Amino acid sequence: MLRATDLVKTYGEKCAVDGIDFEVPAGESFGLLGPNGAGKSTTMRMVGAVSTRTSGELEILGLDPNDYGPEIRSQLGVVPQADNLDVDLRVRDNLLVYGRYFGLDRKIVARRADELLEFAQLSDRKTARVDDLSGGMKRRLTIARALINEPAMLLLDEPTTGLDPQARHILWDRLFQLKERGITLILTTHYMDEAEQLCDRLIVVDEGKIMAEGSPANLIRQYSSREVLEVRFGTEHNANAAKRLEGLGDRMELLPDRILIYAPDGETVLNQVIATGLEPITSLVRRSSLEDVFLRLTGRSLIE
Amino acid sequence: MTMTELAVASHRRRLVDKTLYAGNARSVMWRGWRVASRTHYGIMISGFFEPVFYLLSLGIGLGGLVGVVAAPDGREIPYAAFIAPALLATSAMNGAIYDSTWNVFFKLNYSKLYDGMLATRLGPLDVALGEIGIALARGAVYAGGFMIVMTVLGLNMSWWALAALPATVLIAFGFASLGMAVTSYMKTFQQMDWINFVLLPMFLLSATFYPLSVYPQLVQWFIQAMPLWHAVELVRSLTTGVVHLGLLWHVLYFTVLSVIGIRFTTARLRALFLT
Repeated sequence: MLRATDLVKTYGEKCAVDGIDFEVPAGESFGLLGPNGAGKSTTMRMVGAVSTRTSGELEILGLDPNDYGPEIRSQLGVVPQADNLDVDLRVRDNLLVYGRYFGLDRKIVARRADELLEFAQLSDRKTARVDDLSGGMKRRLTIARALINEPAMLLLDEPTTGLDPQARHILWDRLFQLKERGITLILTTHYMDEAEQLCDRLIVVDEGKIMAEGSPANLIRQYSSREVLEVRFGTEHNANAAKRLEGLGDRMELLPDRILIYAPDGETVLNQVIATGLEPITSLVRRSSLEDVFLRLTGRSLIE
Repeated sequence: MTMTELAVASHRRRLVDKTLYAGNARSVMWRGWRVASRTHYGIMISGFFEPVFYLLSLGIGLGGLVGVVAAPDGREIPYAAFIAPALLATSAMNGAIYDSTWNVFFKLNYSKLYDGMLATRLGPLDVALGEIGIALARGAVYAGGFMIVMTVLGLNMSWWALAALPATVLIAFGFASLGMAVTSYMKTFQQMDWINFVLLPMFLLSATFYPLSVYPQLVQWFIQAMPLWHAVELVRSLTTGVVHLGLLWHVLYFTVLSVIGIRFTTARLRALFLT
């Protein structure tokens, strides 16, 4: 479905994507996880056949985008990072007009538009102005629009960035339905929970390079422990406390606001911490997440 | 050229055509129509009335003082009949410029409309042709309306005036593609103001309100290089019935202008959105 080999994109001196390889079979939900500026969006633009690669190989739906841009684009659905809905058109007209850009017959487009409005839970907003929709509704409309040509592959660039928790859950539910229908999803995100919810497999990207690859569960197993203990001693005392806690758990990360201790069993480590005579202001034992994987791989937080 | 080079060259040509154009400019025009049929009637009407007011104030008002002037063939015609065709050409220009400059500027820089279009099967040439088509349509509607005003006021001196309608479509095409090409390079509002800065003197000085012969030779050459002068000459010759083969030069001028405008627009859209 999608294959990239040593894919590179440079803008002048700056190297946005620095030789990445990945392969996505049909029906898989594949994620690119990384901080802002990691090269996710640039990769997505190349996969969307609107940006040409500087070097390397790229095959989308079995075709080279350098030669078959329009053919590829006609089989893709694209949900860009920033909404680019047509604000001069009403909700339903957005779908009709977009469908016509693919050269689809007016009757087919009209039928699909109504089905998609139903799917996006926007049937009662058919004639609303785009600007009057909430952020979550706009995203759902953008997804509906991306489905008007019945794409084989859907590209989502940070689909839930900027949405409130409820709107995100509605969106995840819709995307999960698409996944169940067998549509290949390619998404970028800097939210771990999103990647864990939606991705069968993902690559962790930083500074244009792949840091790790695997399923969310495998990555966590490989690069983190089962549980994490988070303790806070106050900004000024964390560094001193960390020195005294050295040797506890499998591994420790000192962050400006807290100390993370990785261990199979967080409660045991917490008891050990208290046994040293240190009194944390707050403590929290949680399951490891992709955030921890990212921290381990890059030494940095995913969201600065 | 060897066989391989030939193969490579023909391969390249095929790629360029195919990646630039999906043969679906009508969907872009259809969008323009959906938008226009719902919004800004006010703006549309104001653009149409501007030349009508010029015709009434200068043609009828000032015309009373001027009396008769010489038609292109030396015949004496009322002053209003002299400036009306110039205003007809201007009205085609206004309609075409309105859509192809400020509207396109907004879509390019703020609404991200073309990002969305070019993520579909459409190529930059589809978008350019569609947008220019909509601008051209507006120019033609303005011109058609003005033509009715001219007819009512009895300012068409010949049946050749009918040919002025397709002529205004060609004129609108030229201005629309030029306007969109220029706009695609503009980044700020200040730069956009330069368009108005060029349009106003061109409107006033392109032999619109008096014959070209009032200028010294050097200025005449300069004016004759301007698109509006060609538009005015072409339309004036048709509405006053002074038809000769020389008019084909004006037709050629606008054909070339249209082609150049579309080429630049397409190349620019490609550079901006398909990097």
